[in-house]
This record gives sequence, C-alpha cells and structure tokens, in this order.
Amino acid sequence: MARLTKTTSGKGVIAAAITAALLGTAPFGINTASAEDTLNALIWCDHNDPNLLKPFEDANKVKVNIKEFEGTGAGMAILDQSKPGDWDVMVIDSVDVHRGVEKNLFEPLPEAELPFADMFPEVKMDDATIIGGKRYSITEKFGYNTISFNSSKVDVKDMTKMSILWDPKYKGRMALYDYYLPVIGMVAMGIGKKTSELTEADLPAIKEKVALIKANSKLTGEVAASQTALATGEVDILVGGGEWVTAGLHKDNAALDFTIPDEGGVLWAQSLAMFAASKNKPLALKFIQYVMSPEGQARLATSSCYWGMPSNRKAALNDDQKKLLRFAEQPAYLKRAQRYPAPSADLDKKMQDMWTSVLQAK
Amino acid sequence: MTTSIDASLPGSQSTAAYRWLAFAPLPYILPAMLWTLLFFAAPFVAMLLMSLWQLSGPGLDTTPTLANYAQFFNNPAYFQAMVNSAEVTAIVTVVSILLAYPFAWILAERVPERWQRLALALAVLPFWTSYVVRSYAWLLVLGERGIVNQTLLGLHILSQPIQLANTRFATVVGFVHFFVMLLTLTIYANLKQLSPSYRKAAADLGANPVQVFWHVVLPLTLSGIMVGAFLTIVLAIGDYITPQVLGGNNELLMPQLIMLQIGRRGDFPLASALSILLMIVVTLVYLAMARWLKLERA
Repeated sequence: MARLTKTTSGKGVIAAAITAALLGTAPFGINTASAEDTLNALIWCDHNDPNLLKPFEDANKVKVNIKEFEGTGAGMAILDQSKPGDWDVMVIDSVDVHRGVEKNLFEPLPEAELPFADMFPEVKMDDATIIGGKRYSITEKFGYNTISFNSSKVDVKDMTKMSILWDPKYKGRMALYDYYLPVIGMVAMGIGKKTSELTEADLPAIKEKVALIKANSKLTGEVAASQTALATGEVDILVGGGEWVTAGLHKDNAALDFTIPDEGGVLWAQSLAMFAASKNKPLALKFIQYVMSPEGQARLATSSCYWGMPSNRKAALNDDQKKLLRFAEQPAYLKRAQRYPAPSADLDKKMQDMWTSVLQAK
Repeated sequence: MTTSIDASLPGSQSTAAYRWLAFAPLPYILPAMLWTLLFFAAPFVAMLLMSLWQLSGPGLDTTPTLANYAQFFNNPAYFQAMVNSAEVTAIVTVVSILLAYPFAWILAERVPERWQRLALALAVLPFWTSYVVRSYAWLLVLGERGIVNQTLLGLHILSQPIQLANTRFATVVGFVHFFVMLLTLTIYANLKQLSPSYRKAAADLGANPVQVFWHVVLPLTLSGIMVGAFLTIVLAIGDYITPQVLGGNNELLMPQLIMLQIGRRGDFPLASALSILLMIVVTLVYLAMARWLKLERA
C-alpha cells in the first residue's frame, strides 16, 4: 500500500490529547517526606482532615505526611514495600493489632502517658491490644455496623429487628455495605449466634441470609457509594451503616438516622499504633497523645470523611455533636454490641469466598 | 555505508566492523530496554513468582504450586468474574466504536480545519477532571433522582423511576463516555491521513458513497479503529474504579475480584495469579488483533 500522505492532522495535539486522556485514568502520588520534623502516618480517611491535623502541625511545628489506605491487608502491603523507619504511626482495626505484632512491627505504648482511664472500658479491648503483657495500640474511635435508614421513608419500628433485612418488605430499597466481616457479624447476631464463636459450620445458614439481603439490595457499595445512595434517596436503608454514615449527613437531611437493633450492633474499633522502627518516637507518641486528647478526639470524631464515637469519654464535643453520636446511649449500645468476627486465616478465606459467591449470584 | 566499509577494509577487518556496527544502535535503545526491564519485565517476573506461592498465616509459603490458578478454575464465582469482564469489555468496545466513528468523521470531514484543534481539545477537556469524580457524577446522573430518570418521568415516558445506576448498564455508560473520546482520537488521526484522492478515484470508477466508505475508507481506517479498540480493551478489562462505583457490585469483574483478595487478607499470591490470567487474556486479544496493530503501514 502506498505511504499515506502527511496532512495537517495536528499529530502533536492528538498525541497530547491521548496522553492527557490516559493520564486522567491514573492518579499519581509521590511520597517524599522523611525529614525529622515530619511525622509519617499510615492512616484511614478520617485522619486526612486539616481540621484534625493542622492544630497538631502548628503546635509542634511539624508536617504530618500521610498515606491513606483501606483494609489491614492493604496497609500491610504498603509496609512490605517500605523500609523500616519509613512510617511512625498507623491506624489499624483494633482486632487486627495482633497481625502487626506477629510481624514485630509495633512498639509497646507507655500506658501511663495515655488516657486509658478516660476511655469507655469496652473499647480498651485489652485482649486484642495487649499481647505478651504489652500494650501495642490504643483504640481512638469506634462505632457500630448496624442499620442506617431514612426515617421519613421506613417504619422505624421495623429497624429494631435484624430479621427485617432479609424480609422482602424493603426489597429494592436497601444498600449493602461492601465488607463481609461486619455483614456476617450482623447476620450471625440476627440468627442468634455470637460473632466470636463463628465456625465454618455456621456459614451455610449465614450465607442463606446474606443472599436474601443481597437480593433485597440495590447495590453493594464501599463507604462513599453506600453513603451517596442513602443521601441521594437511591435507597432508604443501609445494611452495615451506623453513626459513621448518618451523623455527618444529618445537617443536610435530618431524616437520616441509625439504630441498634434489639440483637445489638457489630462494634468496630480503630486503633493507633506506633512503629518499633520509627525514627521519631517522641513525635509519634505526641501525635497519639494529641489524637487521644479531648480536643483531638472531638476533631477525629467529627472528621469530614466519617463520624464515629471518640473512645475518650472526655472528648470536647458540643451538645449537638453528642446528640448525633448518641453519646449518652453508648453504655446501653456497648452492652448489646458484639465485636467484628475475628476468624482464623482459613475461616476468613472461606467467609470471603462465601461473600464472593453471593455478590456474583445473578 | 556498508559498501564503503567493505571497500576500504580487507577480509576479517570488514567482518569485525560489521559486527561492531550491529551494536551501534544499542546506546540509543538501552534506556528504553532498561525502562522495560525495570518497570515491566521485573515486576512481571515478580508477579509470576508470587502467583506460584501461597498465603500462609502472616507470611508466604514459597513452595511452588499452581493452587492459586486451580482456585480460579474450580470456583465458579471466580471464573464468572472473567466472563463478566469479557462481556462488559466487548460491549464497551463495540458501542464505543459505533459512536466514535461518526464523531471522528464529522470532526475530520465536516468541521472546518481551523476549528478542528479546538474541537479535539474540547473533546478531551472532561478528562482533565478526576476519573473517580467523573464516575460519581455518572452515579448522580443515572440515579433515581438523576436527570435521566427525571426527564423520562417528566415526559411521561416512565410512570416510576427505573434502576439505571448500580447496574452493568451504568458501568458500560461510564466506560463508553471515556473510550468514545479515545477511539475518536485514533480514528480521527487515521481519517486525516487518508488522502482524498482514494475516494475520488473510487468515485471516478463508479462507486457510490456507500461503496466508497465500505470498500475504501473503512478498510484504510481499520488500523485506527483497531488501535483504539485494543487500547479500549486493555484499559476497560483492567479498570477497577468504573465497575466499582457504577456497577454497584451487583456482579464482580476481574479487577474487583483481584482487589477483594488484597483488601483485608492481603492475599497477593492469589491476586497475582488472577492478574496473570487477566494478562493472558489481554495477550490473546493482542495476538488476535496483531495484524491491524502495526503502527506503520507499508
């Protein structure tokens, strides 16, 4: 075939346009900070809020260099790719602290220098955070995976029973939070099982109910998607939601609410841990102390990413904020709450596969 | 050049010079080779090795095994993810081509030359915004209270909203929005390179406009379509954001299945095996399309 005639096709424009279009698909993040006046923190999105970090940075004249992640597995992967000493502190599920300790990642915390006496006793979670007699993390925030709903669209009484989730009454009006552990925990509580005693033998019964919930649900979404679905009226109920979904949305829509059913809610708790290889342990401890202080706790509890209960009872929240978080009702909630299932690696894999097959079912 | 060396150097010296000359381009291609080795070959080998290991407690069991690959074929939910990915990618590619071709043709043939660059720039302007934000924007557009449902309700075409968001349809819409522009660019470039004399010659020989398009223009722009289609396939089949945000997890595609292995359990060996399988599929697609993917035409 003859060589094609070169025309004024604007090749440069096309190349630039294709490059720009392709670049648009891939966010790039470069982490360069490692100076002594920098605290390197592996965090969840609620810590990525200037309202939380700036007062600490200003008071200590330091920069908090953050990297956000979701899920303990993803956090561990970041650590596997980092050099010891790259990071100073980490946010981690309280029930997963042992995973970091098994890898010798964490430094024991000086209990006397932290406000353990001011914390809700139920969220200290000594059995999960004290290993070999040493305390490796402090619970900074907690809440419940339970039922969030639009009170103007549903019968609030229905929301007090977990079984409503697999009842077809609200079919097509529900969303399911995309994390198998709390959903399995909720279903387990709904069928009268303890989250801490689940075995493989329980999975068929749980799968049956999860499949019904999935069939009732319009979508299964992570935090932002499920929150958006509830906020935009796409759905009226979020299975696995809680104060972390509705408290922040309340100012826009006062009808968005949550409840703890009679069977209770699944307690989630996030911890702060310090790395054993941190090159800046005094600053790391200062950060943990700040986050656990009444001021830091209030700022963390009302973070722009998601709200949650501060684990320090002295958190400097105003009355409205306390009301939204149901501060006064916490003792009763905590009494009924059960922890996330903490399965063995093998059972965890089976739970995840069960979840996969439910999501994949047509 | 070769002739002058042969003429000036006798026997073995000439052969030695020849050999030396064979390595002359090496310094020029070395950076590209190093780049490929460092950022493609090495990670690929690492991923391949990882796929043969297994997650074991907090660490890895490095005894080579095909167990991760076996899981894919033995677990129907895993295999279904590949089927879903293939179906969605095929639909997106076909729909994008059908929409992009006329758009590219209008740009190349109907928009005045002086406006074409501006039109191209405008076409890609939306892609300077965040991909995630664009996906969430589509979620709002397609939602029950979104503009599509509200318009259809307002026109009394619908009596109640229909579910558009959180479906495969929404995933396809999100993808097509992106890839139509990409395909438009590759097809446009091809159309602009096409000399008008081909069409004139065909017309002179009695071909009507449909025959000219079908027998002359389309075959000569097929390479542009295929380059765009291949880019579409590669990017769509490996994309996590769009199906995650717009599909509502009502079916899992391969990237979602891969991410699921990493999120909590950090099962990189299984995630690597699934990624390798996805790469094999992309390679097969490349081989099937290879004859059209030559970047220059002889």
